[in-house]
Amino acid sequence: MSNQIEVPELGFLALLRYAWRQLTSMRTALILLMLMGVAAIPGSLIPQRITNQIAVRDLFASNPELAKWYDRFSLFDVYGSPWFSSIYILLFISLIGCVLPRTVEHYKAMRAQPPATPKNLSRLEHHQEFAGNSESLERAALWFKKNRFRVRVEGNSISAEKGFLRETGNLLFHLSLILILVGVSFGSLFGMRGEAIVSSGERFINVATSYDTLSFGKLTGEKSLSPFEIKLDRFLGEYDPKTNAPKDYTAWVTIKDGEKTYKKEIKVNKPLTFGNTRVYLQANGYSPVVTVRDSQGNVALQGPIPFLPQDGNLRSIGAIKVPDAEPQIGFVSSFVPTNARSNGQGAISIFPELLDPKLLFSIWKGDLGLDSGVPQSVYRIDTSKLEKVGLGSVKPGETFTYPEGSITLETVVPWINLQVVKDPGKSYALIGGIVAVLGLLSSLYGRRRRIWVRITSDGVEVAGLAKNSAPGLEAEIQNFVRAIKGEK
Amino acid sequence: MQTTWAYISNYFVYSAMAVFTISFIAHAFETAFAVRAPEVADTTDGNLLVKTLDYKRTEKTARIATAMMILGFILLLVGIVARGISNGHVPWGNMYEFSITGALAFTGAYLAALRKYDLRWLGLFVSISVLLTLGTAITLLYRNSAPLVPALKSTWLVIHVMAAIISGGVFLLANVVAGAYLYLERVEARGPRPLWLQRVPSLEVLDQLSYRLVAFVFPLWTFAVIAGAIWAESAWGRYWGWDPKETWAFITWVAYAAYLHARVTVGWRGRRAAWLCIFAGSTFLFNYVYVNVWGTGKHTYSGL
Repeated sequence: MSNQIEVPELGFLALLRYAWRQLTSMRTALILLMLMGVAAIPGSLIPQRITNQIAVRDLFASNPELAKWYDRFSLFDVYGSPWFSSIYILLFISLIGCVLPRTVEHYKAMRAQPPATPKNLSRLEHHQEFAGNSESLERAALWFKKNRFRVRVEGNSISAEKGFLRETGNLLFHLSLILILVGVSFGSLFGMRGEAIVSSGERFINVATSYDTLSFGKLTGEKSLSPFEIKLDRFLGEYDPKTNAPKDYTAWVTIKDGEKTYKKEIKVNKPLTFGNTRVYLQANGYSPVVTVRDSQGNVALQGPIPFLPQDGNLRSIGAIKVPDAEPQIGFVSSFVPTNARSNGQGAISIFPELLDPKLLFSIWKGDLGLDSGVPQSVYRIDTSKLEKVGLGSVKPGETFTYPEGSITLETVVPWINLQVVKDPGKSYALIGGIVAVLGLLSSLYGRRRRIWVRITSDGVEVAGLAKNSAPGLEAEIQNFVRAIKGEK
Repeated sequence: MQTTWAYISNYFVYSAMAVFTISFIAHAFETAFAVRAPEVADTTDGNLLVKTLDYKRTEKTARIATAMMILGFILLLVGIVARGISNGHVPWGNMYEFSITGALAFTGAYLAALRKYDLRWLGLFVSISVLLTLGTAITLLYRNSAPLVPALKSTWLVIHVMAAIISGGVFLLANVVAGAYLYLERVEARGPRPLWLQRVPSLEVLDQLSYRLVAFVFPLWTFAVIAGAIWAESAWGRYWGWDPKETWAFITWVAYAAYLHARVTVGWRGRRAAWLCIFAGSTFLFNYVYVNVWGTGKHTYSGL
């Protein structure tokens, strides 16, 4: 926290001390602070892997050379990059180096008595003289006590001080920033985050295999998943008939948590909570429930197939893959909840609710490539090695027959995307945040000031001093003087 | 019923614009009148002959200008409340609604500061900025009243957005004051102030004022960011995700933190401090305009 730059002496220890002083100097802290602000900018202009993985992939496809260079400088992962981390780590070291000594100093100052009354009060601000006697001093002491000043009584004078909350708040604020950082790191080391699609009527069991995507912090793993089950009983998406915009999403679920079984409701702003794991309703769509039969009429596939929404009216695309049929069959499909005829570009949906649902598909036969080991999208089929068998569409209850078999659209159920997040650090971050605001309030609105009063042979002398030239001392001294004079 | 309230809201916003126009003209008239130096009185201060302006005649205009500003504030407030009634929720669902509320917060910050400091010289600038904001809002950004999307259905909408809008209004006012500082500093470097600038407070007062405004509202901005984080935790499953809006809120926060440190601990004053203040305020504006209009991320809803 020292402002002066000292010329280093020779020697390793001296050099270390010099480096430490430089790092913890206010100037360095200020530069680091500004640097951190500047360093955060590229992350908002260049797509980030943590927020927009698709855009990153697109950039790699459209401009591989640029993307490679971006990637070399971690510009797709700015907030986890070595350069961003080193800035904030240095900043926090600097902050600790600044705040800890100040905390000790402040603690000592709080326990020490206020400094003695200066000899010559007339040279200080707000100086006043008026008639009075020893009773005035008693009244002054009373006023100080009532207004919670810390006082030092010395014979015929009192030195009083108030406003330590300013520095206390300042220190608490900076310490709380450390707590927030601890909370964030704790959460990322011991947390987990995963997503799973659950169709209406299905059950989600919190084990690794139930997830579509799942990632763990560095110091935790699959064993940390808390044992609970969620069955999706019903989901309702309500939409505004005028604008087609969503109004409300509600999922009704049955939860099995250990011995207990109970029913609950999930909404977008109302996640489920299991200890420090929370389950969020993050997205939704439709799953056509289909039955696919082979030419002999044996059921080759039956169940809900989640489709991926493409627009606000939930026109969705999906792939129905039937590996158990002979030959294997795939349906490249789209689904519309409210069907409308369109010219040229296939079916479109004109409303997101199930008013006139329709499933449209092209049928392909051949090897679906599911055993090739190459990961495939569940929503798409690579048709390059397949042979087209036909085109068709069905509404609920209808069956479409083709030479190799038939497909029936039994019904359509909604699916929801559950996001499961475990963040054991967030309560620390929250406490840090609350303390930060309180600390800021008392540090920016607090006023540290001293008031002195002395009885002389001529009468009473009063003076005051406000640190950081904070306003309001003058009025306070007027009050004080009135109290001494006994004017109420 | 819903539509009626929306119409009422629009009428009030339009009336507020008319009244702000009158206020703008009155402010302009007052400034212009002061340039033409109404009644110059010569007084002697010691041996020095001092020319002072007599503002008795422009004072009346200035009062009308301020009165119109207050009336405009009230009309706009009613317009925003009516918009809320027509929506059935607080009117902070799209950029049109943010903009008119932002204009209200800016006017409010000016009027509140006016109670303590004589800032009427700023009125010309304040009224024209508010007019431009409202004009842009109602012509380019206007959207029909609509229900909130599910992610916005939360008490935090009121808390988070209100804190952010008020902070924004005060930040921008601090920017205007810092801008005035920089302008006046250049004027003074060339010689004594021209007559029409003599009423503007001294450089020290401006310097101090922009700092006071920032120091006053910085805790509120911190609160707005934290309230946003708490809300994000319950709506999106994480309290901080470096969404573009979050990133720029963070940058604004860091910039103002740097400004406060530069002033309080390093002792920056004057020009350097004013530039830093303007830079910090620009990050706020950039966040509002760029991220809402061209940005991607979770803070972009409902068209705009």
